Amino acid sequence: MATTVDARGLSCPQPVLMTLDEIKSGSDKEIIVLVDTDTSKENVTRAANSQGCTVKDVQPDGGGYRLTLIKR
Amino acid sequence: MDAVKRFFASRWGIISVGAFIGVLAALLQYWGNPANMGVCVACFERDIAGAVGLHRADVVQYMRPEIIGFVLGALIAAYLFSEFRPRAGSAPIVRFILGIFAMIGALVFLGCPWRAMLRLAGGDGNAIFGLAGLTAGIAIGAFFLKKGYNLGRAQATYASVGWLMPLTMVGFLLLMLIYPQVSGEAKSGVLFYSAKGPGSLHAPLAISLVAGLVIGMLAQRSRFCTMGAIRDLVLFRQTHLVSGFLALVVFAFLANLVLGQFNMGFAGQPVAHTMHLWNFMGMLLAGLAFALAGGCPGRQLFMAGEGDGDAAIFVFGMIVGAGIAHNFGLASSPAGVGPNGIAAVFVGLAACLFIGFTMRKTAA
Repeated sequence: MATTVDARGLSCPQPVLMTLDEIKSGSDKEIIVLVDTDTSKENVTRAANSQGCTVKDVQPDGGGYRLTLIKR
Repeated sequence: MDAVKRFFASRWGIISVGAFIGVLAALLQYWGNPANMGVCVACFERDIAGAVGLHRADVVQYMRPEIIGFVLGALIAAYLFSEFRPRAGSAPIVRFILGIFAMIGALVFLGCPWRAMLRLAGGDGNAIFGLAGLTAGIAIGAFFLKKGYNLGRAQATYASVGWLMPLTMVGFLLLMLIYPQVSGEAKSGVLFYSAKGPGSLHAPLAISLVAGLVIGMLAQRSRFCTMGAIRDLVLFRQTHLVSGFLALVVFAFLANLVLGQFNMGFAGQPVAHTMHLWNFMGMLLAGLAFALAGGCPGRQLFMAGEGDGDAAIFVFGMIVGAGIAHNFGLASSPAGVGPNGIAAVFVGLAACLFIGFTMRKTAA
C-alpha cells in the first residue's frame, strides 16, 4: 500500500517539504506524489534522489504529474 | 525538446544560465544601464512605478523594457515547452502585502537580490551587508516553512487569468512606443521619463527588450531564483540553485573586469549608501518577504509569465510598494536612509512576522 502526498496547487518549496516529511517519517516503502507543475516535478525528483530514493515512474495526471517514489 | 529540458534542469544548465545573465547584466551596464544595475528587478519596477506616475521621484522614472521582456520571455518559453499553467487563488492579499514590504526593504538597501549580486561583482563592499541581511531574512523564512508556514493551494483557472500580467506588460510596451522618450523632456504623453539620475541611464529600448526576453526564457526553463538559491541551501542543504547564483556573481565580476567596470570600495559606490546596519536590515526584510512569498522578484515575474496569477499579484504589490516608498520618504539615496525608512523596516518586519506566525497548519 502506497502513501499519497497531494501537493497539487502548492508552489515550491511546499511539495518538496511534504515529500521529505513523508520519506523521513512515513512507514510505506512506496510514495505517490501528485504535483501540478514541471518545476515541482523537477524539485521533488531532485530532493528524492538526494535522500536516496528512486523515482520509479512519472505519469501525466490531470494537467500535472503523478510521481512514484521508492524508499530504500 | 526533451534534451533541452533535461539540460536546463541539470546543474550545468543552471550554472550556464547564471553565467549568461551575469555577463549580459555587465554588458547592459556597458550599453547604458546604471552602474551595478545591469538588471535589478526592484529598481526597474520602481522605475516603472515612476514612469506611470505612482511616485514623482524625478530621478527614477523609466518604463524598463527588461521587466517587460522577463514576463514575455517566460510566457514564450512556457508555451514552447507546454508549461503554461494558469492558476490563482493562493492568498492573493498576503502576496500583495508581501510585495509591498519586499520593495520597501529592497529600496532601503537600494537593490533587490539581483542587484546585490551585481553590486558585489562590481566591487561595492556594501553589498556584503545586503547579502548577509538577505541570507538572514531567508533563514527566518525557512524557519517559518519548517514550522508549517503555508500560503495554501492555488486553483487551476482560465487561460485568460494567466494572460493578464503578460497583457499588462504588452500594454506598457505599447505605451512606450506611442509615447517615446523625448530627449531632455520629463514627460512624453502619459509617461514620465527621468532627464537626470539613474532613471535617465538606460540601454537602447530594443537591446533592453531583447535582453529581457532572453533572460526570461532561460530563467523560465532553469527556474533561476536568487531567493530559492539561499533558501534551498538553508532548508535542504541543496546546492542546485545556488550554483547558478554563484555563477552569476563570478561571471558578472569577470565581465566587469574586462569592461573596466570593477571599482572596489565602500564609499562613493554608484546608487549605494554606506549605512551598514540598514543595508543589512533592508535586505533582511526583503529576504523574509521573498521567502514567505516563495520567490525572488525575478522568479515572481517568470512565474507570472507562466500563468501564475498569485505571482502577478506580488509583482503589482512591489510596484505599488515603490510608489509608497518614494511618496513616504522610505527609500534610501546615496546620502543614506530616507527620513522614514527605518520605521518602515520595523513595520514591515512586524507584518511579515504576523503572516509567518499565523499562516500555518498546526501539527494535527
